[in-house]
Amino acid sequence: MSVPAVQRWTAQSVAFAAACGAGLAILAAGPAIFAPGTTDRLTSLFVYVALAAMWNALAGYSGLVSVGQQAFFGLGAYAAIRLSHAGMPVYPSLIAGAALVGLLALPLGEVMLRLRGGEFAIGMWVLAELAHLLVNLDTLVNGETGTSLIAIDAVSAASRRADTYWSAFGAMVTLLLIVFVLLRGGLGASLQAIRDDEQAAASVGVRVLAAKRVVFVLAAFGCALAGSLWLASAITFQPRAYFSVQWTAYMIFMTLVGGLGTFEGPVLGAVLFFAVETLFGAAGVWYLVGLGGAALLFALFLPRGIWGAAERRLSLRLLPVGYHVVLPEKVAGAD
Amino acid sequence: MILLNQILQGVFLGAYYALIACGLSFLFGVMRIVNLAHGSLAVLAAFLMFGLSDRLGLSPWLALLAAVPVMALVGWLLQLLVLERSLRGGALVPLLSTFGLAIVLDNLLFEGFGADTRSLSPYIGDLSFASWALTNDISVGQLDVLGLAAAVVLLGGLQMLLARTRLGRVIRATAEDPEIVGLIGIDARAVYALATAIAMALVAIAGAFLAMRATFTPYSGGAQLIFAFETVVIGGFGSLWGTLAGGIVLGVAQNLGAYVSPNMFLISGHVVFLAVLVARVWLGEVSWRRLRARVA
Repeated sequence: MSVPAVQRWTAQSVAFAAACGAGLAILAAGPAIFAPGTTDRLTSLFVYVALAAMWNALAGYSGLVSVGQQAFFGLGAYAAIRLSHAGMPVYPSLIAGAALVGLLALPLGEVMLRLRGGEFAIGMWVLAELAHLLVNLDTLVNGETGTSLIAIDAVSAASRRADTYWSAFGAMVTLLLIVFVLLRGGLGASLQAIRDDEQAAASVGVRVLAAKRVVFVLAAFGCALAGSLWLASAITFQPRAYFSVQWTAYMIFMTLVGGLGTFEGPVLGAVLFFAVETLFGAAGVWYLVGLGGAALLFALFLPRGIWGAAERRLSLRLLPVGYHVVLPEKVAGAD
Repeated sequence: MILLNQILQGVFLGAYYALIACGLSFLFGVMRIVNLAHGSLAVLAAFLMFGLSDRLGLSPWLALLAAVPVMALVGWLLQLLVLERSLRGGALVPLLSTFGLAIVLDNLLFEGFGADTRSLSPYIGDLSFASWALTNDISVGQLDVLGLAAAVVLLGGLQMLLARTRLGRVIRATAEDPEIVGLIGIDARAVYALATAIAMALVAIAGAFLAMRATFTPYSGGAQLIFAFETVVIGGFGSLWGTLAGGIVLGVAQNLGAYVSPNMFLISGHVVFLAVLVARVWLGEVSWRRLRARVA
């Protein structure tokens, strides 16, 4: 008992994971127990969580600040419209559309991932603008007038609400699980090394580009899925609303306030954003000033967000993606 | 002839892009910061001049004269309150903080001035439409020529400042290594504050041309940032004359796109930008630089 021990799960984190499981089980029953309005609001919450988790995987773990994830959000919705227009059943088209956008991200990543820092950030924004302009050219979309996911009308309102809820819930849980598993594996170690110092990581043999590529494609797929699910709940598709840089503002707010580079932080951030939007969304411009101001202040004064600060101060380990060294006395004490 | 005219007007548009890009490029060169609030700050300057002309009845030229020092002060404050702290937080924090700042600025401008599309062109009299006829088909706007002259003078002046003066040497040394210059008695923070002030003074002038030659709204900042960024990437980060060339390539590409079809204006600009990126990746960074050097 004289050597330090390395541990991942603690009693605390096992208990928390169990509580998360129980919470998710309740949410899974959603449409059966919640009022229709609550079901709809929770559907948007799930989309926010998915977006925040994707943006965090990019910025928090791979050092890629993207101001253009709305490109994939909008393209996901657009692909779903196109596929369902071509005759694909509406719910499968949401997933297939996102998968197509994920494929498109492969060649895009080859170019974009060679850009650094600010170049990558605005380069992605240009990509989003271009995607927006090109989608506008499609006669089906008809410019800014937009179109609708007409095929979803065939489903009755009640089952549409429930199906969309479950799709969004399933998408959120799946994306979070993928991130969780990725971070705990060898890629997670690579990514955290890249985040801390890209050159140092490369010098010890981390395959930087390969690791970034995985995250880039995952984030493209995740944001596209979020976009197609948003379309399923909103039904109308106006390009301006989907390709808006506002989505990036939301993602940055959620991730920064919750906790950049922590697994749990973006989930907390999404819940907080959801609460802020519910309470102050009607305030319009001042609400947006508040979101931007909060992002600015958190970036300057609390860059690891609420969760990052709480984790350190309270030494919380709730959903462990890293390891902790336990000193011998403590192990002995625990025994 | 129409085609030739389109290209010529593209060159003038490119001069505006060079004007808006040189502050972005300069700040990046000195501090390695890509300021995501750059476009919003240019729009802030445009609204400042609009406010002075419209509400106080000042001549737009006097308004510009006032806006330059005010924006320089804004730059100094920006460095003091936002950038300095961001720089200490690592490579990502400046992007996050300046993006947050851009959202705050855009929405505060919306709160103050509303959604209306504004322009300074009603306040500059004949200059907004006066032109010199070169041939029967081609004429050049006097404001456009003024813009091109301003771009050449400012870029040249900046080049002179950096290459020939003591201040320029101090700025270049600080850009090279902010810690080492401390050993020879240079306060890197003061240099950064001065550089940000210079960049924002340049932004004020760019804002003036944005306001006089075109229209703007509180949410125009994003587009200005994108144009400035595309210009800098096409021309090459760190090269001031490259910035002018990059602006002209972008402006001509946009105008040629518009010649084909009106909705190709923005698309062709973005496509040229992406083509340059792809070429950079495909040729490799080193041979791309060599190619650019040969062209320049």
